Amino acid sequence: MSNLIDIKGVRHAYKTPSGPLPVLDGLELSVPEGGFAAVVGPSGCGKSTLTRLIAGLMKPDAGEVWLHGELVKGPKSTVGMAFQNPVLLEWRTILQNVMLPLEIVDTGMSRKARDDRARHLLNLVGLAGFEDKRPSELSGGMRQRASLCRAIVHKPEVLILDEPFGALDAFTREDLWQTMHKVKAEEPFTGVLITHDLRESIFLADQVIVLSGRPAKTQYVMDVHLTGERDIEMLYTPESADALNTLRQQIRIAQGREAA
Amino acid sequence: MTLRQIGVPLAALILFGLFWEWLVWVNGWPNYKMASPSDIWPAFWKFRGLFLEYGWDTLWRTVVGLLLSVVFGVFLGMIMGLSRTMRDALYPLLVGFNAIPKATVVPIIALMFVGQHDMNTILIAFLISFFPIAVSVSIGLSTLEPEYRDILASLGASKFTIFWKIALPKTLPEFFGALKVAVTLAFIGTNLMEIVEPHGRGLGHLFDSGKISADYPLMFAVLIALALMGIVLYYVVVALEKVFAGWAERNPT
Repeated sequence: MSNLIDIKGVRHAYKTPSGPLPVLDGLELSVPEGGFAAVVGPSGCGKSTLTRLIAGLMKPDAGEVWLHGELVKGPKSTVGMAFQNPVLLEWRTILQNVMLPLEIVDTGMSRKARDDRARHLLNLVGLAGFEDKRPSELSGGMRQRASLCRAIVHKPEVLILDEPFGALDAFTREDLWQTMHKVKAEEPFTGVLITHDLRESIFLADQVIVLSGRPAKTQYVMDVHLTGERDIEMLYTPESADALNTLRQQIRIAQGREAA
Repeated sequence: MTLRQIGVPLAALILFGLFWEWLVWVNGWPNYKMASPSDIWPAFWKFRGLFLEYGWDTLWRTVVGLLLSVVFGVFLGMIMGLSRTMRDALYPLLVGFNAIPKATVVPIIALMFVGQHDMNTILIAFLISFFPIAVSVSIGLSTLEPEYRDILASLGASKFTIFWKIALPKTLPEFFGALKVAVTLAFIGTNLMEIVEPHGRGLGHLFDSGKISADYPLMFAVLIALALMGIVLYYVVVALEKVFAGWAERNPT
């Protein structure tokens, strides 16, 4: 098995007072090592449920989630997560926030090494000089950068991003896309990105998975082969426009507005 | 501490005293209707020994009652904040208990533990003040956004680690907010016991003696002494809050 993430026929329903609410049914997802998959789909189609399944925070009703050839049965420290809400701890400095996972996961690093690693990551995302600030002193984009550092500080195999840029303004978001590429080049990981933004999905990922409406199954998989330097200009080439059009059409099908 | 931080409240205090004195003088109120600050000071001086002795009684009983309600309130708040079932089960009980006027509980407690005045007084101070602490801690814990839990849970952290590293510190601002309310409530509790079931101790007893001997300035002096102690304890809590939850205070921008 060469894939780092393998999700096979996953089905999941939430218990509600009015009976089970199926959110996922027949979900398939495979991401090779070092790959970066973006998952898009209509709102409320169970994308966040998917992240919790990969992280081992929930068990699917049926189907299997494999990470690195191992069946996921519970949380594993080889996963890093970042959310739309940066959830930084207000009583810690930015540096202490980034180092939080290292207090849980035993990496065998010395105190000095952990400190150096956190500082290096902050520097990488452009937060050098903010190590000792409190989260409340940072802008939304900067908090999200810090949250990203925290998600990768323990060198996870899998990085799960649940709409991390969703609450940011368009310019900050584009800045952070660039930062993501920079981080990925220096700190290789296998990524799953949940997003509502189709431009974001083709800019960051090499594979875009469109989920159908609830209960969600894998409806469409697109391999992104955008060549050359990934800068924002790249989103305005004819091939990008084609890719975006195809995805947009798939979303309309997923929403039930258009026949397949 | 700048001049402004001390000077402004002090000036307000002096102005308030002057206004009070003037009001009594202009209306020609006798001291049994409304004592003036100039009546109160002699009363303090005359009974200075008793004020120190009884003030200490009231103070330590209040503080011990408050400490009990912190321990019990946090414990109850944790139970209700972490378990939905316990919250559903305990909330109505707690609200009902809190709704009972504590003045009615005083004679019951006094009968239950006849003669154990220290314990009775502490008990009332505790009973009256644990409610806000329990409620705020339970709300703080139960409204913790799931993402906060997930960042640690996804790394395989234990429930205790999540509680210790995230839930507990995150609840501290709510806890201190409640503690400020509880401080004044505990004072009310202590004095309730000392006044309703007089037993020769505490400022409540001094107040009661003033009433019996028609020494009205003494009664007012007790009120002022209680207010001063309340202010001191309140600011002790504020100082603790600065140390332990200072991060929650936004810098003025």
